[in-house]
Amino acid sequence: MYLDHAATTPVRPAAVDVWRVVTLAGANPSSLHGPGRSARRVLEESRETLARALGVGPSEVVMTAGGTEADNLGVKGLFAARRRQDPRRTRVLASPLEHHAVLDCVEWLEAEQGAQVVWLPVDERGTVDVAATRVLLAHDPDGIALLTCMWANNEVGTVQPVAELVEVAHAHGVPVHVDAVQAVGWLPATAGSLGADTVAISGHKLGAPVGSGALLVRRGVALEAVVHGGGQERGVRSGTVDTAAAAALAVAVAEAVAEQPEQAPRVAALRDRLAAGLAALDPTAVLRGADPAVALDRPGARLPGNLHVTFTGCEGDSLLYLFDHEGIAVSTGSACRAGVPEPSHVLFAMGVGEVEARGALRFSFGRTSTDADVDRVLEVLPRVLRRARAAAARVAGVVRVAS
Amino acid sequence: MSGGVDSAVAAARAVEAGHEVVGVHLALSRSPAQQRTGSRGCCSVEDAADARRSADVIGIPFYVWDLAERFQADVVDDFVASYAAGRTPNPCVRCNERIKFSALLDRALALGFDAVATGHWARVEHGEDGPTLYRAADPAKDQSYVLASVPPQRLAHVVLPLGRVASKSGLREEAHERGLAVASKPDSHDICFVPDGDTAAWLTRRLGEAPGPVVDTDGTEVGRHGGTHRFTVGQRRGLQLDRPAVDGAPRYVLSISPATRTVTVGGAEDLLVEEVVGDHAVWHGVVPAAGTEVAMQVRAHAVAVAATLHVDGARVRLRPAEPLASVAAGQTVALYAGDRVIGAVRAA
Repeated sequence: MYLDHAATTPVRPAAVDVWRVVTLAGANPSSLHGPGRSARRVLEESRETLARALGVGPSEVVMTAGGTEADNLGVKGLFAARRRQDPRRTRVLASPLEHHAVLDCVEWLEAEQGAQVVWLPVDERGTVDVAATRVLLAHDPDGIALLTCMWANNEVGTVQPVAELVEVAHAHGVPVHVDAVQAVGWLPATAGSLGADTVAISGHKLGAPVGSGALLVRRGVALEAVVHGGGQERGVRSGTVDTAAAAALAVAVAEAVAEQPEQAPRVAALRDRLAAGLAALDPTAVLRGADPAVALDRPGARLPGNLHVTFTGCEGDSLLYLFDHEGIAVSTGSACRAGVPEPSHVLFAMGVGEVEARGALRFSFGRTSTDADVDRVLEVLPRVLRRARAAAARVAGVVRVAS
Repeated sequence: MSGGVDSAVAAARAVEAGHEVVGVHLALSRSPAQQRTGSRGCCSVEDAADARRSADVIGIPFYVWDLAERFQADVVDDFVASYAAGRTPNPCVRCNERIKFSALLDRALALGFDAVATGHWARVEHGEDGPTLYRAADPAKDQSYVLASVPPQRLAHVVLPLGRVASKSGLREEAHERGLAVASKPDSHDICFVPDGDTAAWLTRRLGEAPGPVVDTDGTEVGRHGGTHRFTVGQRRGLQLDRPAVDGAPRYVLSISPATRTVTVGGAEDLLVEEVVGDHAVWHGVVPAAGTEVAMQVRAHAVAVAATLHVDGARVRLRPAEPLASVAAGQTVALYAGDRVIGAVRAA
């Protein structure tokens, strides 16, 4: 039973098929001969497919080797280009809920590139405060390099008011980077409709292979390269383009976007049934993040496949082990360092205390999820919770003998 | 599974013995180094990765359990506090008492496991009257000393698959045959949380410089030192004395007084004691009768010596057959009857 689709989701058969054909053809799309031209044609057709599905122009799609690289290019590339235009632009407005792919870029800019980071206020459901952001933007806008905010959060599933943030940022001439890795294929709006300057896309979250991704760069936006070399992808992303990955990404994104009207409500219904079941079995469990009842096109919505709960009196990694032992793959939601889940910066930003945050568990559904998954989780949950709580009580209860 | 060869083979043997086995690596530091350095054998990200690879090869699930807070409080802080108080702690013993066979075991039992298996070189047999701990088959590798203070009710949930392994080279060969990449990984020696092995400098960073006199047995100052935490009773090296002894013989630390910052030194004969007093006794089986003949071992790799034992309330008096070099306060004294561990005390 796989309930960790937010980490990665099974590859779509159609994506594997096209990947295999293009990889076996094996040509460099920058070569001038026949095989090179064939690869170039596949690459450009894939770019067009992607652009259509995402609501942007083909020239606005830059292929990358995944979401993290796209985030690095968006954040660092915008910062460098903006500061080159005007050296006063050193402030970066960032949501504290960002994935490490953005968070660590922002912190690197602060540590190494003279940036000053201004963290955007968020509420207890994990939503960035647009009114407060407007105030922060109005203060010395000439000194702001960029604003960065994810479309939907990977841990607690909160959909951010990105279109509104773009509008207020653009009113002050400030460009916006959006990490759309978790959102594409699950929300009715297209990535292009956000109006953001750069948007990061990851393939393996929606059924393309790991190592595929793209950065959408709005026409006319100045972006500095992060990876230097042969000048591929409009000079902002050097390195021979992986045509097979691009083709697989295009197929997967097109399928995911086309299936969204049917899959989003189906998966949300599974999630809601699990949430109701959890609440009935353990009234102390707290749902973290946005209200699942909010419609996906409204502010304050929640990703259809995301269920994030903190259980009291137990450790998330005990729960993870016990579910794993029962054959159910789940996650604590937060990043891992050397196999140990880090305390969640997302939960902290939402005002959740350290003790409560330790009991966090994320169930994430995807297109292969079924009712049987929900049944099985609810079947094993009582004994999993009993054991996890006993473990926490025993470890905490050991008497320390003074020496 | 530390990432070393011993625990990897122990896990493989536990699987072969028919147990359902899960590999657990303990994260004991909040900010582990990326790579292994020197002769430390655990705690880096690289070591965790080695342990994970071994678990994959053996074919068992693998998890990292974060016991960093407990380790800091119960082992590292205790280590610093002990030195500050003029005692010489034994962090590996402490880790076994408080972490491996306490926090780890408690959590494992609560999660539904029956026992913790480790790669320690010692033998435990589970009989009707409880567990019995013995020295390992290979005397050169024997680690029963660091397990002697684990109480029997905890030892009852301990499995030691390496107790009958004949030699380390044989174990490495076995690891190689099992396809374990850690087969030739070097042994670890140093204290795992002291990165460069320089314990005195590590302690000085935490306790600060606290200079004081080094005095002879008649009170004459023979040198200065940077802090009493740099010394342990019986130490000969690194005394940096201004004046050699009158007889030219080497001098040893006889006693440490953190209150007066005084380190007293003297000749080898001044170090000899006729009795060692211990407390914090742990007994494996019945409390021995007064006058019981035992073998006492005062360090992990010391030779055990014959002694007569008297239990005196909470204190245990040990009279070695021959006068013995003084035992630093805080050190574990393991007690044996032949190869069998009968108990342990902590030198007072």
